[in-house]
Amino acid sequence: MIRPNAAVLLEVRDLDAAIGGRAILKGVNLTVRAGEVHAIMGPNGSGKSTLVKILAGHPAYAASGGSVRYRGEDLLVMAPEARAQAGLFLGFQYPVEIPGVSNAQFLRLAFNSVRSARGEDELDPLEFDDLVREKLQVVAMDPSFLERNVNEGFSGGEKKRNEILQMALLEPIVALLDETDSGLDIDALRVVANGVNALSAPDKAIVLVTHYQRLLDYIVPDYVHVMEGGQIIKTGGRELALELEARGYDWVRVEYEHARAVA
Amino acid sequence: MTVTRGDFLDTLLGARPPTRDDAGWLSRLRAEALERANALSVPTTRDEEWRFTDLAPLTRLSFQPVRVAGTPDLARLRERFLPQAQMRLVFVDGVFAPGLSQLAAAAGACVSELGSALQGPRAAVLEAHLGRLAQFDANLFAGLNTAFLSYGAVIALDAGASLAEPVQILHVATRRDQPHAIYPRLLLAAGARSRCTVVEDFIGAEEAGYFSAPVTEIVLERDATVEHVRLQREAPGAFQLGTCAVSQAAGSHYHAVSVVLGARLSRLDWRVLHAGAGCQSVLDGLTLIDGRQLADTHSLVDHAHPHAHLRQQQKCVVSGAGHAVFNGKILVRQAAQRTDAAQSFRGLLLSARAQIDTKPQLEIFADDVKCAHGAAIGQLDPEQAFYLQSRGLTAPKALNLLTYGFAAEVIERIPVASLVRELECALVERTVESK
Ligand SMILES: Nc1ncnc2c1ncn2[C@@H]1O[C@H](COP(=O)(O)OP(=O)(O)O)[C@@H](O)[C@H]1O
Ligand SMILES: [Mg+2]
Repeated sequence: MIRPNAAVLLEVRDLDAAIGGRAILKGVNLTVRAGEVHAIMGPNGSGKSTLVKILAGHPAYAASGGSVRYRGEDLLVMAPEARAQAGLFLGFQYPVEIPGVSNAQFLRLAFNSVRSARGEDELDPLEFDDLVREKLQVVAMDPSFLERNVNEGFSGGEKKRNEILQMALLEPIVALLDETDSGLDIDALRVVANGVNALSAPDKAIVLVTHYQRLLDYIVPDYVHVMEGGQIIKTGGRELALELEARGYDWVRVEYEHARAVA
Repeated sequence: MTVTRGDFLDTLLGARPPTRDDAGWLSRLRAEALERANALSVPTTRDEEWRFTDLAPLTRLSFQPVRVAGTPDLARLRERFLPQAQMRLVFVDGVFAPGLSQLAAAAGACVSELGSALQGPRAAVLEAHLGRLAQFDANLFAGLNTAFLSYGAVIALDAGASLAEPVQILHVATRRDQPHAIYPRLLLAAGARSRCTVVEDFIGAEEAGYFSAPVTEIVLERDATVEHVRLQREAPGAFQLGTCAVSQAAGSHYHAVSVVLGARLSRLDWRVLHAGAGCQSVLDGLTLIDGRQLADTHSLVDHAHPHAHLRQQQKCVVSGAGHAVFNGKILVRQAAQRTDAAQSFRGLLLSARAQIDTKPQLEIFADDVKCAHGAAIGQLDPEQAFYLQSRGLTAPKALNLLTYGFAAEVIERIPVASLVRELECALVERTVESK
C-alpha cells in the first residue's frame, strides 16, 4: 500500500560495502515507507543477501560508505540484537542450525529478549506455549517442531516456515525476507505467503528478496527493484516482475547503461 | 634405601584397614591391594599417561580416613534423588546410609550394600568379579580403594533379569574438620540377557575438602544390556581419581554417559574390554569446567574379538583457566576383524586461558576394520551467534545458548528423562542465565 505521507521506516543512501577489498555494494539507494511491500530481484551474486545482512548487522559485512536510517536513527551503529529489539527482522536465505537447543527454548528466549527490550513482561514457558501454538497455525507447522533442535534436520521448506514462525512471534516493523520462497513447493509457498500477508499492516513494511515472480502472485509488491552488480538499477511496479520473468535481466542492464551513457 | 613418599600417601596407607568381618577372599584381596599400593608411587607428569595432569596440588595435602559419616544437607540431598528410581543406595563420606537409601525386592536381582550382598545368595558372583576388573597392579588409586574397601554398592542380575527403572548410587561428601579420603565402590554384574540402567552420582557439600578414589566394575555377560550414567559433580575443592572398568561378553551392549562438572582436579580412567564377539559400546562424555578446574578422561576400548561396534563421542567445554584432558585409546587386536569403531572429540574453548589437551590413540592390528576418528577444538561459530543475535539475544546470551546447546547434545543421550531435564536446567543456569 503506497501512501506518500506514510512514515519512512528505512532509508538506505549510497550504501557501499566491500569484502576482502572487493566492492560488493556500490551505492544502493532504497526508501521504504510504512505499509509498503518491496521486492528486490536480480541475478545471483548481485548483492541482495549482502544488502540485507548489512541491514541486520552481520559482523562479517560492514558498510564502507553511505548511510542507513531506521525510523530516523542511524542503523549501522546499532548492535544486531538492538536492531532486532527495535523491530527489524531478517528471514535468512540459509537459516542456521543450532544443535542441542530446542526450537521451543530458542523461540521463547528470542521472544522474551525482544519483549523485555520493549519494556513488556516476559512470558513463562506455559504462557509462551499457548502463544506459540497459536502462531504455529499461521505457518501450518506441527507442534512437534517445537521439540526438535533449531533447524537441525529440517528440510529446506521447514526451515523457511520456521523463519516465518519467528517473524510471527517477534512481530517486526520491517521484515527483510531473503529468498524465503526458494526451495518451496507450491503448497509451502502459499503457506509462507499467507504467513507474510497475515503480518503486513499499515504501520509495517516488508522487503522481499526473491528470484521468482511466482511469490509475487501471492504477496503483491508495491515496488519491484532490480539489483545488479551491487546497485539498484531499476525500480518499477509489480508489472516489472512479470516483465523480468518474461525477458530476463539483460535488457535492464542494457537500458541502465544506455541511460548512464546519455547522462 | 628408604623413599619418602610424602604425607599424602603415608596418611592414606597408614589408615587402619577395615575391621569388618568378611569372607576370607575379600580380606586377602584387600591385603594384596595394600601390598601393591605400598609399592606404587603417585604418578607424576613424567609418566606418559599423566603428562597433562599434575597431581602436585593433591599430594601437598593429607586426607584422613572416615570412621563416622558426617551429616549431609538433607534438603539438598533429596533434590538429587531420582524420582523414578525405585532403588537407591546412598553413601555419606563413603559410609553406607541405610536410612537415606531405598531398596526394593526385584525378581532375579540383588541390589544391596556390599556387607549384605556378601551374606546373600549371590556371594559367589562377588567373589568372581570384585577386584578382578579394576586391576590395581599399576593403578594406585584402584589399589587404595581396594585396600580400604569397606562399603560398596552391588547390583547383581541373574540371567534374563531386567530392572525397568534406573538404580541410583549416590555418593555425598560432607564438610569435615579435616580433609578426608573416601573410596566409593560399585560392582555391577549383569547376567546373560539381563538389562538395567544405573546412575552413579558423586556430589559434595560446597565447602567440603576431600579426596575420592571411586572404583566401578561392570561385567556384562552374553547379550546383556547396561546403560550407565556417571555424574561427577563433586565439590569445587574436591579431588576425584576414578576408575571405571567394564568387561563385555559376546553380544552385550554397553552404553555409558559420563558427565564431568565438579572437583578441583579429577581424572577418570575408563576401560572397556570386549571379551567376546559382536560387542556394542556407546560412550558419550561431556566435560564442562571453568575457574581453575582440571578434568582428565582417559579411555581405552580394547577390541579383542570380531564384529565389534563402538561409537564414542567426547565433548569438552572449558572456560576461565580450566584445563581439560582427553585421551581416547582404541585398541583393535588382530582377532577383532570387522570391527566398526568411530570416535569423535569436540572441544570448545571459551576463554583465552582455557586449555584442552587431547590425543586420539588408534592402535589397529586387524586388517578388515572400519575405524574413524575426528577431533576438533574451536570457538563458537559466529554465524550461529549472529543468527541468535538477529533474534534479539544479546551477544553474551547468544554465546551462552550455543555453549548450552553444545553440551546439551551429550546430556540428551542420558536414558533417564528426569535427569536430562535436571541437568539441562542446571546447564541453563550455568550458561544461558549466567550473564
Ligand atoms: N562472505 C563472503 N565472502 C566473500 N565474498 C562474498 C561473501 N558474501 C558474498 N560474497 C560475494 O558477494 C557477491 C554478492 O553475493 P550475495 O549478496 O550473496 O548475492 P545474492 O544474494 O544477490 O545472490 C557475490 O559475488 C559473492 O560471491
Ligand atoms: Mg542471496
